[in-house]
Amino acid sequence: MKLNRTSTPYFFLFPALLILAVVSFWPVLQAIYLSFTDYDIIGAPNFIGLKNYEQLWRDQLFWKVLFNTLIYMVVVVPALVILPLFLAILINQKIRGIQFFRAAYYVPVIVSVVVAGIAWKWIYAENGLLNYFTSIFTSVKIPWLTNSSTAIFAIIAVTIWKGLGYYMVIYLAGLQTIPQDLYEAAAIDGSDGWRKHLDITIPMLKPYIVLVTVISAIAAMKVFEEVYVMSRGGPANSTKTVVYYLYEKGFSSLEMGYASAIGVVLFLVVFLLSVISVRSVDPTGGAM
Amino acid sequence: MNIAKNTIQYILLIIIGILMIGPLLWLVSTAFKSSQENIFLYPPQLLPASPTFNNFMKVWNNNPFARYLFNSVLVSGITVVLNLLFCSLAAYPLARFNFKGKTLVFWSIIGTIMIPFQITMIPLYILAVQLNLKNTYMGLIFPYMVSAFGIFLLRQAFAGVPKELEEAARVDGYSSLGIWWHVMLPSIRPALTTLAVFTFIAMWGDFLWPLIILDDPKFYTLPLGVANLSSAFAEDWRLVAAGSVISILPILIFFVFLQRFIIPTDTGSGVKG
Repeated sequence: MKLNRTSTPYFFLFPALLILAVVSFWPVLQAIYLSFTDYDIIGAPNFIGLKNYEQLWRDQLFWKVLFNTLIYMVVVVPALVILPLFLAILINQKIRGIQFFRAAYYVPVIVSVVVAGIAWKWIYAENGLLNYFTSIFTSVKIPWLTNSSTAIFAIIAVTIWKGLGYYMVIYLAGLQTIPQDLYEAAAIDGSDGWRKHLDITIPMLKPYIVLVTVISAIAAMKVFEEVYVMSRGGPANSTKTVVYYLYEKGFSSLEMGYASAIGVVLFLVVFLLSVISVRSVDPTGGAM
Repeated sequence: MNIAKNTIQYILLIIIGILMIGPLLWLVSTAFKSSQENIFLYPPQLLPASPTFNNFMKVWNNNPFARYLFNSVLVSGITVVLNLLFCSLAAYPLARFNFKGKTLVFWSIIGTIMIPFQITMIPLYILAVQLNLKNTYMGLIFPYMVSAFGIFLLRQAFAGVPKELEEAARVDGYSSLGIWWHVMLPSIRPALTTLAVFTFIAMWGDFLWPLIILDDPKFYTLPLGVANLSSAFAEDWRLVAAGSVISILPILIFFVFLQRFIIPTDTGSGVKG
């Protein structure tokens, strides 16, 4: 195959860019357009200006799901930034059988959310394993998933459980880039044990901490599957998240224009979040 | 002193290990319990009294699980091949060529990582309906044919291939496409495998898009089949558990063999930051 030298890079890029245009760039523009219409998949879309956004502003359920999503983030993000770091430090040792533990901790990541949801639903059941353990302390059986004050936290626990291994591996990759002699130098200065992690590990891992913060915040913003499998948003909408609401509006009540408006708001929040979390963890603006 | 420290470490490792895989083992144990055994017994019986394969047979025979399995393998497999092809094609010039608009192209690709799938989902659904892709394999696959993450990962890998290899091939008369295929791709096998494993696992567990695009059980992948099972047999946890175990067994085996391409080992393979 003979190729003109200047066109060669574009030839290589063409398939990927064409696909991304069709499945990413164009749909975003179309979603923004649809959010200004009353599209319901049956009739043609009519332009209705900002009506969807006005309705969204007055939609109490929307504020509720936004608040639920916020609770989600406030709990999930710190947990998934801190706990996997401990795990990564714990498994970043050359001791016998460590590769087994690394793999075992990663297993929840590869299990589909559907199966994870089922496994935990079984544990949370009224006659389930968790209530057996709590029965040691209290005689009350807690209906974890059907009580509106516990359900969201029960689901949050599953998200954390399923995410730990993923972020652990990101940190582990980071830990392995830290030169060993830094620790040796620190030991001479009297920094040892957990102290050395405060002095060296955490500062050296800063880019990874930023990365994990951003990825876990964006992931928390988009929670859907756990909710679908474990509670369908109930009881009394207490576990309904933004994406679940979007799904419900778009694909159950077919209000696709309205659902697109929810999607656009979600996109803006995700975008702002990425910027804010990068800035707050790293004041230089995240020059990774 | 060292022995004491080691013991504490192992105890900690084991406790966390139980928390991580315990919930799944409990599901496995439930799947093996016979219908005579009370699965709600207090205190819970960790091991089945008389282990049986009945639940697995029942689920396998009364539901098209073989079909779900076939669909999952097919859809995940094709997506992996397409991603390897399109991501590596796009990654090569981004790593090795200088051309007009390179920065723009690179950042437009990376920018798609920021777009939540949920915002594109509705237009993609409309597109799929217009193209008659509802209830087809193509419909399941097309949003995932290429990924910005994959392009980025392979670009980093290509950047690490020694320039001399490429130059030698050019002297030998290879075209750019020939160099990509004969020199560059073989040099980044570990990164290609990493991308393949990540893509396969993601597709295997994908739920939201299949849920939207499929209503014909003939095309169901395992997560949909299992979700369906859990709403149909909400009463019998043994069957739901058995179906879940069937659905994760293949991916677990896959993971056991290929884990070194995801999890960094002490010898330093795995994902490069």
